[in-house]
Amino acid sequence: MKTMTKLWATVAICGAMLSSTAFADPHPDAELIIEGELHIATRAEPPEHLGGVLPEIYSGWLFRTDETRELQMDDFDNPGMLFAERGEDRWELAEGTANQSCADCHGDVESMAGVRAVMPKVNENGELWSMQNYINNCRTERMGADAWGWNSEPMKDVTSLISLQSRGMPVAVKIDGEAAEFWEKGREMYYTRFGQLELSCANCHEDNWGRMIRADHLSQGMSNGFPTYRLKNASIVPLHQRFRGCIRDTRGESFAEGSQEFRELELYVSSRGLGLPVEGISVRQ
Amino acid sequence: MTRRSLSAACAATAVIWGGATFAEISPADIVWEDEIAIPASLSGTPGDPVAGAVTVSSRSAGNCLSCHQNTAMPEHDFQGNIGPSLDGSGARWSEAELRGIVANAKRVFPESMMPVFYNDNPEDYIRPGEAYTARAYNPETFSTLLTAQQVEDVVAYLMTLTDW
Ligand code: HEC
Ligand code: HEC
Ligand code: HEC
Repeated sequence: MKTMTKLWATVAICGAMLSSTAFADPHPDAELIIEGELHIATRAEPPEHLGGVLPEIYSGWLFRTDETRELQMDDFDNPGMLFAERGEDRWELAEGTANQSCADCHGDVESMAGVRAVMPKVNENGELWSMQNYINNCRTERMGADAWGWNSEPMKDVTSLISLQSRGMPVAVKIDGEAAEFWEKGREMYYTRFGQLELSCANCHEDNWGRMIRADHLSQGMSNGFPTYRLKNASIVPLHQRFRGCIRDTRGESFAEGSQEFRELELYVSSRGLGLPVEGISVRQ
Repeated sequence: MTRRSLSAACAATAVIWGGATFAEISPADIVWEDEIAIPASLSGTPGDPVAGAVTVSSRSAGNCLSCHQNTAMPEHDFQGNIGPSLDGSGARWSEAELRGIVANAKRVFPESMMPVFYNDNPEDYIRPGEAYTARAYNPETFSTLLTAQQVEDVVAYLMTLTDW
């Protein structure tokens, strides 16, 4: 009882302080318009499965500084575009024992429009696969080439290029049917308090979005911006690498990039952003 | 003697000396009062508020400012606001209560986001890691987030925060 009374006193003071500071919110009215013409929504109605835990869903773009947001509004300034450009060359490159290129079978990369928006998805064998798994399957089974590492340069280049083809299309991952069991596991993970700091994804991205954790302005941890060009890494950061970073920051033992666990988490996190457009290659701090 | 081995030797001496002089209270042996307070010092040595201030602000130690604001430390920018401001905590809480909060906040505020700073049992955690490496913890080196003396120093510092 004593604890509660004292705590409420601070909460009241804190609340008064917070409401006078604007940094606690996502940007109230910034609009993401790329090259002055492509409008990309950064706010959307929350999906029903969230049961009202978020009043509205927001792209991580809205939580970044003016400078970082601007970099994403111009493809020439967006350093992630260089990866997609290299991806174009790789798309045409014949490799492996079959001496075939992606283009030989898939034609123009524009045929990949919509693919990023539905990843990860269950394959014909009932396994949950991320885009990287589909690409490596083509390489090893169809081209007779080596698999690319999850965070390797060629994988970053080609996933960036393919994602760009879905820019502006709403995230539309399937979470029912065969996907349901994977989604449930991802959901459980999202609420698990990992590591010696005992923090779940929800502790930071559901309970405290809009607040500051040291110098970081917490977003809702949406995945629609991935792959992301991170200024801090000066490189493309794939979603699973971000997951790893977030679990590391709980003083926890991470799962491996590409693991079953991270693909399930990817599905669940993506489903929290159902309706937010794919940003293709976003730019973050 | 190289600089590195010198400091390792100093650290070792400090540990031996510390161990010989005081009976430190281990996390498992803490005696709680009123559910939320720890009346007895964990280290047996009075806390040093100056050292406590360093622990509070240091990212590699308490990193308390990642979640708390503290107007007494204007020199540190980027103070978080996940938890309430630390201003006045020395007026709101007794020393024993502050020791309880810093040692095990989850006992005082169930489900709190505030980490437990004084628990060395890896079994109490889900996938504990080796500090911030993302690798599995090492059973040989897994330890409390703050030492007993650091907890005492932080409590001594918080006791100086009486204005709010
Ligand atoms: C020998 C032909 C062939 C080659 C070469 C090939 N693919 Fe495929 N790819 C396929 C087929 C067939 C499928 C499965 C049917 C489909 O969805 O189009 C597929 C599926 C995919 C998918 C999943 C699409 C979806 O909607 O589920 C991706 C992504 C993909 N390929 C990327 C690539 C990339 C990148 C390369 C080059 C590194 C490549 N593929 C090379 C034939 C090929
Ligand atoms: C200690 C707090 C904390 C925890 C716990 C945490 N994150 Fe994060 N996360 C951050 C911070 C800080 C950032 C960078 C700023 C931002 O976008 O919130 C971030 C960024 C992200 C982003 C990128 C968002 C974007 O638009 O660029 C995703 C996705 C994400 N987190 C997912 C997760 C998932 C999934 C978990 C659980 C495994 C998790 N986070 C746990 C603090 C946390
Ligand atoms: C991950 C975030 C986080 C970190 C790190 C953290 N705290 Fe807290 N702290 C909280 C939250 C949240 C509360 C509010 C209690 C609750 O959970 O309801 C709190 C409450 C407190 C209180 C009680 C505040 C009051 O007067 O009502 C004190 C004192 C305190 N923390 C001190 C510290 C100290 C000292 C450190 C560093 C050794 C620290 N905290 C680190 C999140 C944090």
